[in-house]
Amino acid sequence: MSKETVIQLKDISFSYYTENADGTLNTDTDVTMKHSEKRFALDGVTLDIERGSFVAVVGSNGSGKSTLAKHLNALLLPTSGEVLVCGMSTADPDNTWEIRRRCGMVFQNPDNQLVSSVVEDDVAFGPENLGVEPSEIRSRVDNALNAVGMYEFRKKGPHLLSGGQKQRIAIAGVLAMQPECIVFDEPTAMLDPSGRAGILKIIRGLHEQGKTVILITHFMEEAAQAERIIVMDQGKPILDETPAKLFAHAEQLSALNLQMPFGASMAAKLSARGVDLPEGIITSERLAECLCG
Amino acid sequence: MALKDITLGQYYPGDSAIHRLDPRTKLIGTILFLVSLFVVKNFTGFLFCAICLAILVKISGVPFRYMARGLKAVIFLIVFTALINLFMTPGTPIWQFGILKIAREGIYRACFMAIRLVMLIFGSSLLTLTTKPVALTDGMERLLSPLSKIGLPSHELAMMMTIALRFIPTLLDETDKIMKAQTARGADFESGNLRERAKGLIPLLVPLFVSAFRIAADLAMAMEARCYRGGDGRTRMNGMAFTKLDTVAAILLILYFAAVIALGRLPLF
Repeated sequence: MSKETVIQLKDISFSYYTENADGTLNTDTDVTMKHSEKRFALDGVTLDIERGSFVAVVGSNGSGKSTLAKHLNALLLPTSGEVLVCGMSTADPDNTWEIRRRCGMVFQNPDNQLVSSVVEDDVAFGPENLGVEPSEIRSRVDNALNAVGMYEFRKKGPHLLSGGQKQRIAIAGVLAMQPECIVFDEPTAMLDPSGRAGILKIIRGLHEQGKTVILITHFMEEAAQAERIIVMDQGKPILDETPAKLFAHAEQLSALNLQMPFGASMAAKLSARGVDLPEGIITSERLAECLCG
Repeated sequence: MALKDITLGQYYPGDSAIHRLDPRTKLIGTILFLVSLFVVKNFTGFLFCAICLAILVKISGVPFRYMARGLKAVIFLIVFTALINLFMTPGTPIWQFGILKIAREGIYRACFMAIRLVMLIFGSSLLTLTTKPVALTDGMERLLSPLSKIGLPSHELAMMMTIALRFIPTLLDETDKIMKAQTARGADFESGNLRERAKGLIPLLVPLFVSAFRIAADLAMAMEARCYRGGDGRTRMNGMAFTKLDTVAAILLILYFAAVIALGRLPLF
């Protein structure tokens, strides 16, 4: 492979439970119930993520995709195996802060990740924690807010913004730390369709600027925009393909309760009925082009 | 949504000289003003304080009616204090009815206390009306930071206040949501006597506490992901700097305090 690996997962497993001396399981108090039947939320995951790539991780609830995301910047440490971010192991506490700076994370709930009651102060929170010079923070904050198109809201309070706008502020907050890699943990799950489209556009833009983007989602339409899709099930990656190839596994996806994007499923059905279509149609736009053109 | 319209703190937006002062200057100034009210010994002194305060209010551009709003909440306290002073002060009685008697000294002290309380409220609301809550928190952090050497967690206190301010609207929204959800299931928050109503709050408070803990856990994770590790080695984007305006304010403040002490020494009414 010619490209450099930015994140490397080496056979990692993770359990929310710790084992007592007598062999019984000790449940951690902040475990969500969906993990209750399973011992391992992640079960032997080995992955390489290349610098500058756009990877989507999909899977049904409890498949371990969010747990996986939290391993990428040392919020969780694997029970066994090793995670390397830019060559640094997350298990070493000395690396924790550098890893979190290089690998930023945007969470699902736009309300619960903003710290300050003024937008620009919130964006400045990350760089302030890193001890960046005040004048440098100012320019980073302005750049980050411009990048997400929220500069004119810099003096507003987050409670006056819509969910999509709050999520943009959260992205700006991560950008101000100048990370190499950004993990999005279901960033659009709580947004309306227009907010969702706006966030996706920003994510695509970041990828085009050369950032490594990892998008955790359960919307296949969103995952289809990535270069590479990893399908998780029961704590294991079971498919790892480009979107065009992945959507050829229609039956396997529906067995996992994952819905194909409309364009891809329509194209598959039309092909089955004998309509002559090229392979690898994912989006509705492309389908329309092939049908009418 | 009605709950969303609340103003945070009671900041009155403006760009007056008072608004532009460094929050630290305003904090110290307010504390000195409050102290001065206790140094004052006579009505002439109060008149002087009142004139100074009126000038400041005029400069700040905050409408008087807006300021007076702060009085509403404590009007009971003021009346109560005045009445206690009126009836309980011993001295030459000028009116008596049963055990109730009013002394000359009582009238004097009641007026004195009422004026002092009103000025205390006006003085401190001038601070909160002209300073953004965030600036106020930052100012307090800076002022308290020398005390962190003897173990006072000044950064942590300021961070807690910042987060509290940030999450007031979020928790209000949450309350609103839970109330609607529970009302839809037949919960009744509005009727019944005091005891029934208090009991009716349980289905509201329990889920609210649960969700507050969930929000706190989420926020803690988000803060850690953004490299938060306490106040050590942290920089701030908006450094506070004293300007000429602050120097002028400091000089005026010293003159004011000297005048108050001098007036207290004079044998005035």
